[in-house]
Amino acid sequence: MTARLSQRFASLKRANRAALITYIMASDPDHETCFEILRALPAAGADIIELGFPFTDPMADGPSIQKAALRALKADGSLKQTLELARRFRETDEDTPLILMGYANPIESMGYEAFAQAMHASGADGAIVVDLPPEEDAPLRAAFTPHDLSIIRLATPTTDDKRLTKVLDGAAGFLYYVSVAGITGVNAASTHAIESAVTRLKRATTLPIAVGFGVREPEAATAIAKHADAVVVGSAFVDEIAANPNGAREDVVERVLRKVRLLSDAVRSAREIEGTRA
Amino acid sequence: MDARRNWQDLPDSEGRFGAYGGRFVAETLMPLVLDLERAYREAQADPGFAATMADFWTHYIGRPSPLYFAERLTAHFGAAKIYFKRDELNHTGAHKINNCLGQILLAQRMGKTRIIAETGAGQHGVATATICARFGLPCVVFMGATDIERQKPNVFRMKLLGAEVRPVTSGAATLKDAMNEALRDWVTNVHDTFYCIGTAAGPHPYPEMVRDFQSIIGQEARAQILEREGQLPDAVMACIGGGSNAIGLFHPFIADESVRLIGVEAAGRGIDERFEHSAAINGGRPGVLHGNRTYLLQNEDGQILEGHSISAGLDYPGVGPEHSYLHETGRAQYLSATDEEALAAFQLCARLEGILPALEPAHALARVGDVAQELGRDGLIVMNLCGRGDKDVFTVADALGVGL
Repeated sequence: MTARLSQRFASLKRANRAALITYIMASDPDHETCFEILRALPAAGADIIELGFPFTDPMADGPSIQKAALRALKADGSLKQTLELARRFRETDEDTPLILMGYANPIESMGYEAFAQAMHASGADGAIVVDLPPEEDAPLRAAFTPHDLSIIRLATPTTDDKRLTKVLDGAAGFLYYVSVAGITGVNAASTHAIESAVTRLKRATTLPIAVGFGVREPEAATAIAKHADAVVVGSAFVDEIAANPNGAREDVVERVLRKVRLLSDAVRSAREIEGTRA
Repeated sequence: MDARRNWQDLPDSEGRFGAYGGRFVAETLMPLVLDLERAYREAQADPGFAATMADFWTHYIGRPSPLYFAERLTAHFGAAKIYFKRDELNHTGAHKINNCLGQILLAQRMGKTRIIAETGAGQHGVATATICARFGLPCVVFMGATDIERQKPNVFRMKLLGAEVRPVTSGAATLKDAMNEALRDWVTNVHDTFYCIGTAAGPHPYPEMVRDFQSIIGQEARAQILEREGQLPDAVMACIGGGSNAIGLFHPFIADESVRLIGVEAAGRGIDERFEHSAAINGGRPGVLHGNRTYLLQNEDGQILEGHSISAGLDYPGVGPEHSYLHETGRAQYLSATDEEALAAFQLCARLEGILPALEPAHALARVGDVAQELGRDGLIVMNLCGRGDKDVFTVADALGVGL
């Protein structure tokens, strides 16, 4: 389903704007509230959706997403439930790319082939598996290839040129630039550092470059959206759920969507402000 | 068992022991673990590194540790001869310091200026804090808030040694969460920080490196038993949490096919679907956690389970990847002992040998009698007494219903 991703990036390029990639955790705070958020994300301005699948030991995540995983597990969340949410989302939206994101063990437990088949059946487009670096993702790649699913690879501030070659070999969909050495949602990189990193990555690949980790506010999203092909926001949305996880369903949904609209406006207006429209 | 297998060549260049091991870490950490591997290879090739280590073994840690004939225990079981490898006599009271010394000497070679570590019971934390004090390096130890409550004396020890003990409240607030938090710290402080992992697990090269630093146990034991008995033992035995003391004892015997390698896991309140145990091999299945593929306690969705053991040092849901491989190939055998059996062995050893073993090796001791009977009077067993039991007196008193 890389086609859905490439079509989305192609149309964004024509519109000369960056994508907003929104991350939420599956089954946070419960299956149905999560589904209500999910189905409303595209209309609120999400161009691509990352749907996290919960894991007990999220070693690359900051407190926001750690807590989201615990809420999801408490609500009976799992990789299976995540795939079910993806399937239900796809029934409501044919065009918005949906990427699953999480850690290797739930996939190992399901089996790589079974996971790829289930992803294909649910209409998901690709996966980011945080603890499967290129050295370890061969089984996933082998399982994804026949279904045309994308493995989205990560580049970081510690990825030097030699390492980047390795990261790009087999990468598909887009390249996710982790803008800070650290965990999700805590520190933010300077605009200048991000800009030079994006420039460097663009010299090395034709894949779209998405920038994430530590992007919470519209100002930061605007700054990144001037240069990068996509801006990833996660913890900021997850925190909207955390603020009142047991609130009335429509209130929880609306809180998240309000934040998505805010960030979407920031991303959409980024290049207009600069007057760089082609 | 495949006799042609070249055990000494493992892990392979990708850090694999068969299907186990590997480097399952976030991309940010990949350059660091690759760099660590390069630095470790350089240190291995440098005779100066080994010489420095040997000097500290002798004069600071107190090696070689004795090999002791447990005469009264042998008489008690009335079967095979039982020897203890006395690694509880090391400085800081356990085998953990063998590894900390090696890793921190390596950190110094690499120019790292800050050491982090995780700890469960506090033994690895104390050993790391000790070596850091000796070399004047700042040390941060991550410890689950639940464990801090359970292990107050060790927390105070670490503080006396100048370490900062950082409570971990995420997840279940125990050892696995402390390890997650240490990895999060490492990924955030990539330039100056060295992560000193306490067991033979984690991403490559840690399982190999920790095994190598702990192999002094087996090297000494092998030479000592040959000198004392003029023959190799029939079995070597050790407890298994992450399994660093066991792999350290096993590895120098691995090519000696006549020597049975026997690990003893913590069966807690019994190995069943309640998962109130820490027996990853006997009661778990393979998966990926903390940078390696290995046997883990997990549910059907691949979520990691907490496990339980009366011994805080065995209370970890995984096991080092080389043990998973030794299990799968049949080269080593993995038994288990319950909380109750370990407690009984603890008391037996105290009364018969005048040694308070830590609750961890008390698990191994709980199976020594069975193996001794099986081998008969001609048999010869070496068991690793990898830690002393002073730290456990409160736990034992509590379990026996004695108020102190």
